[in-house]
Amino acid sequence: MGEDYRRMWTDLGLDLGAHDALVGALGKAYQDIYLAQKDRPLGMGYFDFVMSEVHGLRIRELLDEKKAGRRIIGSYCVFVPEEIVLAANATLVGLCSGADFAMEEVERYLPRNTCALIKSSFGFKLGKVCPYFESADMIVVENTCDGKKKAYETLNDLVSNLYVMDLPQVKSENGRELLKTEYNRFRKAVEELTGVAVTAESLKQAIRTVNAKRAAIHRLSSLRKADPAPISGLDALLANQVFFYDNPARFTVSVEKICDELEGRIKEEKGAFLAGTPRILVSGCPQAVPNWKLPFIVETSGAVIVGEESCVGERGTRNLTDESGETVEQMMDAIIDRYFQVDCAIFTPNPDRLEHIREMAAEYRADGVIHYGLQFCQPYLMEAIPVEKALEGQDIPCMRVETDYSMEDVGQLKTRIEAFIEQLR
Amino acid sequence: MQFAGIDIGSRTIELVVMDQAGGIVSSLKADTGFDPVEEARRMINGVRFDRIMATGYGRNLFEISFDAPTVTEIKAHARGTRAFFPGALTVLDIGGQDSKVIALSTDGRVKKFEMNDRCAAGTGKFLEIMARALGFRIEDFGREALLAEKSLNISSMCTVFAESEVTSLIARGQSRVEIARGLHASIIRRLTGMIKRVSPEGDVVFTGGVANNPCMRALLEENLGRRVIIPEDPQAIGALGAALMAAELP
Repeated sequence: MGEDYRRMWTDLGLDLGAHDALVGALGKAYQDIYLAQKDRPLGMGYFDFVMSEVHGLRIRELLDEKKAGRRIIGSYCVFVPEEIVLAANATLVGLCSGADFAMEEVERYLPRNTCALIKSSFGFKLGKVCPYFESADMIVVENTCDGKKKAYETLNDLVSNLYVMDLPQVKSENGRELLKTEYNRFRKAVEELTGVAVTAESLKQAIRTVNAKRAAIHRLSSLRKADPAPISGLDALLANQVFFYDNPARFTVSVEKICDELEGRIKEEKGAFLAGTPRILVSGCPQAVPNWKLPFIVETSGAVIVGEESCVGERGTRNLTDESGETVEQMMDAIIDRYFQVDCAIFTPNPDRLEHIREMAAEYRADGVIHYGLQFCQPYLMEAIPVEKALEGQDIPCMRVETDYSMEDVGQLKTRIEAFIEQLR
Repeated sequence: MQFAGIDIGSRTIELVVMDQAGGIVSSLKADTGFDPVEEARRMINGVRFDRIMATGYGRNLFEISFDAPTVTEIKAHARGTRAFFPGALTVLDIGGQDSKVIALSTDGRVKKFEMNDRCAAGTGKFLEIMARALGFRIEDFGREALLAEKSLNISSMCTVFAESEVTSLIARGQSRVEIARGLHASIIRRLTGMIKRVSPEGDVVFTGGVANNPCMRALLEENLGRRVIIPEDPQAIGALGAALMAAELP
């Protein structure tokens, strides 16, 4: 098995030595952060397995799919519509961007003052350690923030299969029109890649598959409203992270299974933490695997995270796509409507996001909000200030954290977070 | 019953022991050195107390070694300050490696706080390094700086860059007390902004080792236009707050 994987990784062009180092570090982090938790739901066993095979079995599956004629599409953003990808006989996977890797090499291409997520996406490519990237037949990137937009110009020189999707920045009629044009153009590009046309039937099925996956996550989220919280924020975040990698149908079943278990726990008033533990809503930048830094600090400092207002979280999974359309056009419209509601900070103005933070804080009974901003991420860091003011105006304690993937500020962060939690008690 | 609080900071460790009535039985101070746990062990050795609570950046090390409860510096300073100044609403604490501003509600709870996040700019360590660069003893640094007739402008707050800025000012034959005054002024400018953000008005209680520096206090009052109050032993406030909280534990 192990030898098989090594051959597979070599065939994909990975740097085996660097990849070993990465997988070793990931395994150790997972042990210390995840497996060290107490009172985890048994259903998390599935996700432990997925993580242990994240560069192994899952890649093997994707390669088998390719052999059987499917295509693999990689992306970095929740604006890339999975429904269209599935309907054209392809599989969508999230690409690695949650850890610092090959930073010296990255800084030959990107300025030092670039956000950790963008740098990381380059690091995985340049360090030759992301099997998802190397398996993908098409890499879809998107014009969101300036950092990503310009970085993709450089990335385009490094890879041959980049597809750039333009995105609106204003929620206007013109904005929606742009999204429509882009999603139709994307549909054609995927159809060309796979040689399979999107039909009303395949699109309907794809919408159902993706909706089922989202609905399972919605169910998981709503169970986190209970006190004691039946699942840790770390574990729930992991489910939200695996959302981007796993086979959609299997993912749905596994999340539903955990939810059944959590319902039992709630009935017995059992939790991952004691009842009355201070509850935190995290809001802001996405936390991609293996970026577990913030929730790890929060949950080892006496609080539990009950929701993520984030692309890897509710911003990404909120709203189902309307399933009632009969023609491809009607369903494409429904898809556009669904994605056009995503309240990413690249939109201006972006009042929905603040509304959602308030709603989530109330619904998940959060005692306070931690705004998580990646250093140099202008859109979210800029929004953080009015968000904090608005929340404090309503007596919802809020703390703004600005950090990156390095460990050098962990001591300071821990003190600040502990003090914030003391403030909530 | 006697209750102790220990504040393990980056530069010094303070230990305060209180009796049931809240009177201070003893108050000790030592340099943190290279082995904070060993130093803490030495300090508590032979001191009588029934319960101890730890605070400061070394609190978690202490917790592991002595199985003691902990509290962050922020809450400990808030609690300690209110013991001396029951009406205080703003606390400025500057220690060896960080500076923080804490806003309190009228009942003494921490309402909001801000602290420097990564580097030593504007902290005790910054002042220490600059004092050394200028040939002052840290104890005299503030007093000497106050004697300056004017303040030279220092633009960099980064410890490394400020040091080279100071070196080049010395090389140009500038007065070292004026440079010293300029360094204090540059920290105060930064702190004033932080204080105004967190707490826009009212008296400020200044705690931590840097509160012993008379130039910092004078410039802060002048710049802020608000009264700055310094407790008798500003360095012991964190340990005192921890001792008070040890007494309140169930």
